[in-house]
Amino acid sequence: MRHALVEINGDPVAVTVDDDGLRRANGDLVGTDRLRWLPPVSGTMFGIALNDRALLESHLDSFNHPPYEKPPTRPVLFIKTPNTRNGHQRAVSRPAGERLQPGPSLGVVIGKSASRVRETDALDYVAGYTVVNEFSLPEDSYYRPAVKAKCRDGFCPLGPWVTSADEVGDPAGLAVRLSVNGELKQEGNTANFVRPVARLIAELSEFMTLHEGDVLIAGVPAGRVDVQPGDEVAVEIDRVGTLVSFVTEEGAPREGDRS
Amino acid sequence: MKHARIRHNGEVLDVTVNDDGDILLADGTPLDAGQVTWLPPATGTMFALGLNYADHAAELSFKSAPKEPLVFVKAPNAYTGHDGYSWRPDNVDYMHYECELVAVIGKTARNVSRADALEYVAGYTLCNDYAIRDYLENYYRPNLRVKNRDSTTPVGPWIIDRSQVPEPNNLTLRTYINGELKQEGSTADMIFDVPFLIEYLSGFMTLQPGDMIATGTPKGMADVQPGDVVDVEIEGIGRLRNTMLSESEFFKNAKEQSS
Repeated sequence: MRHALVEINGDPVAVTVDDDGLRRANGDLVGTDRLRWLPPVSGTMFGIALNDRALLESHLDSFNHPPYEKPPTRPVLFIKTPNTRNGHQRAVSRPAGERLQPGPSLGVVIGKSASRVRETDALDYVAGYTVVNEFSLPEDSYYRPAVKAKCRDGFCPLGPWVTSADEVGDPAGLAVRLSVNGELKQEGNTANFVRPVARLIAELSEFMTLHEGDVLIAGVPAGRVDVQPGDEVAVEIDRVGTLVSFVTEEGAPREGDRS
Repeated sequence: MKHARIRHNGEVLDVTVNDDGDILLADGTPLDAGQVTWLPPATGTMFALGLNYADHAAELSFKSAPKEPLVFVKAPNAYTGHDGYSWRPDNVDYMHYECELVAVIGKTARNVSRADALEYVAGYTLCNDYAIRDYLENYYRPNLRVKNRDSTTPVGPWIIDRSQVPEPNNLTLRTYINGELKQEGSTADMIFDVPFLIEYLSGFMTLQPGDMIATGTPKGMADVQPGDVVDVEIEGIGRLRNTMLSESEFFKNAKEQSS
């Protein structure tokens, strides 16, 4: 089952998505011409950096030197603040004078409060999966929190929907693809995570309760690329969905917001 | 005026607190303080400052003061209210308090100049930004395992209106463990003050009503142990009490409350 949240005539409406289109709770189909996609969940968004093996390995030489001294021993975490939340088919603006890079990732949507859960039980706490594009300015260092790089308005599109956990099955082995204007630019696979989804939930819930609607941005693969105003950026994840964003220049009218 | 959020008979209520310490409902009805659970007075994102007092930076062996604010982010899972409980994990060597002045944002702020910044502050509260030094890693430091632990950032008791704090840059901060004074400093020694921080953050992102800026702590750290009663106090703002539990006590209580 796919659950989405859309705006119709200014009102948020929860819908399910099937081959025929979008349906309200009563089963009625919704016309798609005048709707806007909203982010399907509204909890805290926790990002896991360096969770792709090739990405981590590419940094290991520098991670044995100052300021790092040794490679990370625990998940490297960040928070995408609520102002970053953005929907499917919406604009993401490139700040003036900066480079902008998308970050394709599986989004793990928590279904019930998870505190100190074992890895073997962890997937019971997952409601489903969504597609996340974790936009960032390029990071030349991992030493300090990346607030300036990652917490800009609209820098975390997610959606279009949440595909239920039973429909996705094993969250390992999903291909993640980023394309810009239709051309494949970055590729990864959730089988290459340093820590698989269940282990992330176990390690995070050791010290933080994960709540219903929270999202884990499970890992962006190596090879981030720059995108430019005018680009159409799509993240596709096997069995989960495809999330599209339009890059605009900061300060430009939000005409990139197509519906 | 002092504004607080409390739980009373299972209901979450907005209340005010008068100069005699009486807790009043909107219609003026007083509540018995013994029947009230204090909640964090705001629930937005908390932007917290590291190394924002020169003496504290020196205490942590930083040779020179930072040129740009060191900002990290907390999510609501970390907050707990006045008279609440935090927990010290088993087998750690050093967990310390940090008494901090917190500015609470009152209206949406984007690209706000320093000169106008205080207009965006609804009022002030205080927090105790506990840290566990054992868990520091050199990735997005201070990392979430140090700073975003469940119930390990007491906030409150209330928000006092900005108009009642004419000199936020000249307030004495104090921390007591079991009534004994352990930390004393002045907000006059802050490196980056509230107007600067609002200009800085709103220069690249939108601050929302209810977001909080925790402005860092002066020197004078000390270890806290289970059973300790820790009070952080700021002149003219309030006194925020927290009791430390052991890890096993805290999670036993949490389990009993959820069952």
